[in-house]
Amino acid sequence: MEEATTPIEPTAAAAATQAEAAEAGHPAAAGAHEPHGHHSPPTGFIRKYIFSIDHKVIGIQYLLLAITAAFIGMFMSVLMRLNLTWPGHKWTILETLFPLGAPGGVMTPEFYLSLVTMHGTIMVFFVLTTAPQGGFGNYFLPIQVGAEDMAFPVLNMLSFWVTLVGLVVLISAIFVEGSTILGNTDFVNNFLGGGGTGTLGPIGGWTGYPPLSALGKIAGPGQGAGATLWITSIAIFCIASLLGALNFITTLLNMRTRGMSLMRMPLTCWSWFTTAILALLAFPVLLAAGVLLLLDRHAGTSFFIPGGLVFSDAVLPNKGGSPILWQHLFWFFGHPEVYIAILPGMGATSHILSTFARKPVFGYRAMVFAMFAIGLLGFFVWGHHMFISGMDPRTSIAFSVLTLSIGVPSAIKTFNWLGTLWGAKIRFTVPMMFAIGFVSLFVAGGITGLVLGQTSLDLFIHDGYFVLAHFHLVMGVAAIFGMFAGVYFWFPKMFGRMMSERLGQLHFWPTFIGVYGIFVPMHIMGIVGMPRRYASFQEYDFLRPLDPLVMLVTIAAIVTAAAQFIFLFNFIWSMFKGERASGNPWEATTLEWVTPTTPPPHDNFGGHLPTVYRGPYEFAVPDAPEDYVLQTTPDAAAGNVAAHAAGQGVQGSSGNGHNGQH
Amino acid sequence: MVTTVSTKPAGSVSTGTKSIHLGGTGRRAGGNGSRGGGPQPPNGGNGGGGGRAYPDATPQQYRIGMWLTLSAILMMFAALSSAYVFRSTRVQQGWQAFSVPSMLWVSTALILASSASFEVARRALRRGAADVYRRWLVVSLGLGFGFLVAQLLAWRGLVGQGIYLATNPHSSFFYLLTGLHALHLVGGIVGLVYLMLRARRDAANLRTNAAGASGAAVKARAHADAIGLYWHFMDGLWVYLFALLFLWR
Repeated sequence: MEEATTPIEPTAAAAATQAEAAEAGHPAAAGAHEPHGHHSPPTGFIRKYIFSIDHKVIGIQYLLLAITAAFIGMFMSVLMRLNLTWPGHKWTILETLFPLGAPGGVMTPEFYLSLVTMHGTIMVFFVLTTAPQGGFGNYFLPIQVGAEDMAFPVLNMLSFWVTLVGLVVLISAIFVEGSTILGNTDFVNNFLGGGGTGTLGPIGGWTGYPPLSALGKIAGPGQGAGATLWITSIAIFCIASLLGALNFITTLLNMRTRGMSLMRMPLTCWSWFTTAILALLAFPVLLAAGVLLLLDRHAGTSFFIPGGLVFSDAVLPNKGGSPILWQHLFWFFGHPEVYIAILPGMGATSHILSTFARKPVFGYRAMVFAMFAIGLLGFFVWGHHMFISGMDPRTSIAFSVLTLSIGVPSAIKTFNWLGTLWGAKIRFTVPMMFAIGFVSLFVAGGITGLVLGQTSLDLFIHDGYFVLAHFHLVMGVAAIFGMFAGVYFWFPKMFGRMMSERLGQLHFWPTFIGVYGIFVPMHIMGIVGMPRRYASFQEYDFLRPLDPLVMLVTIAAIVTAAAQFIFLFNFIWSMFKGERASGNPWEATTLEWVTPTTPPPHDNFGGHLPTVYRGPYEFAVPDAPEDYVLQTTPDAAAGNVAAHAAGQGVQGSSGNGHNGQH
Repeated sequence: MVTTVSTKPAGSVSTGTKSIHLGGTGRRAGGNGSRGGGPQPPNGGNGGGGGRAYPDATPQQYRIGMWLTLSAILMMFAALSSAYVFRSTRVQQGWQAFSVPSMLWVSTALILASSASFEVARRALRRGAADVYRRWLVVSLGLGFGFLVAQLLAWRGLVGQGIYLATNPHSSFFYLLTGLHALHLVGGIVGLVYLMLRARRDAANLRTNAAGASGAAVKARAHADAIGLYWHFMDGLWVYLFALLFLWR
């Protein structure tokens, strides 16, 4: 191509000078030769860092929100482990913090259940849904497709702030239920259904099954104002996610730069795209369910409350509804939600494995289709959460078969990851370790999905620790590993500094061994018959032999939790004191590594949108001068690369821009 | 500079007017001609004059964004109406259906008419008849309000018979579905009011036909198209809900 469209390929020196120029207070320096066509960055502190419409700032805001939420949720899980291991033990600190929830320093069972609920809700919505998609997706989707920003920057800002409101409302549930002062104010009593019951919020679990969740305060402690705020927070979160999802999809469909055909997108973009589609179609259903639940709680309807329900020796006036209806609506959302959590991790893992194996992703096309297959099938398997609801066995079998069939695309992805690693000279950096850890956890957690997908087995183990272990491994910890991989991988681009490798290793090993130490024993507990959601197992003699395992899990949990502070320290320390990063420290190929400065300028490419000539994972291309070829390298510059390039996207010079047909 | 983009096949500008740049905002204009590759449109009169603090969306983006919004709304009503069907057939307990108020026929007629009148307005905008556009916008808006009033009257009729939200499951669903639809229609009304305000402000710019469209006119058309999609969707959604409530008791 002609010189005018030469893509930006910063040599280290050029990047450095530009970075210096930017730091010297000339943010427009990178695009100085570009008289018009870039939007100028905001100058005020508030527009720049608080109410910013820059997708990069919003991405970091999402990430910080998720990290905060993750530490709150982790703290709750440690509290739960303490109670399970030493039931009845007096923790003076607990009495100081929660005088109502832990009178005399001993946790009440209701308090324990509210911990279960808040841990689950915070982790699922404000960590697993927020960080991979809202955080990394926001920051890197526009850059990786070569756009200046999201399609609707203002909506993007709104979606973050709405998410934050959701989190604040959820956290407020703790205080409204837990404090006699706040919980008994007129506002709470009149509009929210009354609180001050001394729990830590709602106690219905993150699934909030009716009828108890639909009855309000009469259903007992933790079902008053806290539950109202809980469901309100989820409804708010639904709206935020919808705003985010439609922005992601529009950006990806319409704002790809020249040459960035769909099949040249990094797999991360495919995963954010699939996730956004799932969010767009699943969250409205949860929102509908939330509206119905709120109406049941506050407007006297009976969508979920069966007629003639006897409660506390009184027949309730409700005319008849179906608690199962909630389960259908909830899990129609809830199952795609699992993939909303894990798919971005899959994308990041593919991306990172390929980069550090210095090999193209094995079976790029298969990866894309497998991702879509997982997303599509995810909408037809919600019934496997309801095998024990009294479902017609024929329906169960249909759900069971569909559930097991998800094993096929999952296996395709797993074997393609292994194929990517096969025979590679792997660079064992910290992001790579976490990406490999992701594969390990995804397999370990996913394989039990095949056990749970069988109706007859599920009937026995559904309400026990086996399920707990399964979903924590596959959707919780694996997704978190995907996030860690992403943080370590993209940190240099986001903050212009490297994270400490040594601290990263120190973080990885206790975390990796720790999570297996937590969740492998839980499988055994589940098979023995330990039921989940119980605050203590003192009364069950048949569970006594498991005490050493319970202790082991708790120790592993404490070690793992402690290791996360190494990460936190590394994250904050590196932001200010880390080694300065070059523009492309990992020698990767995709567009985020060709930005004129690091971190990227306000409009990402300094006014010059890059042109893409090839697929995203061209590593170890024969005859190329280096072992990686940037997506922006024209064919002429890369020698006779095109002829050897594996797979997709070799007709660079006729790239058809945003239409993207290929 | 921009001429170097000629390596792109001429036929690739297939989206035609759809991919036209927004004059003035300068988002895709200039640089390496990264988007359409076609000639840049003339910068429109008061279309913004470049250097905006943040980029505006292009016409396709409004349309895609609106379709995605509608698919989310569709999922929500699909969930609620499947709950309605599930509740009335599989549970049945306590289900006392009442006959749907006849006022709903009136509201259906009103919303159909407003959809049609909006289409007249949109076509007027397309050929540059700004005054006709504004007039028909007012008509659509009036019909939209008329629909809401008719819905309210229908509700009042039910209340007069002693049928409230919590009276029985059927009434709960009736109020819920009509209420949520009305709420979404209010969103459409806000959109129409926005179009009217814009039409007043940009009146001079809108009096051109598509060939010589200014940035403001292109944008106004994109907005009208997107909001029109929403407005028609609300119409279709209502017809669906009406049929559901009328036929499935």
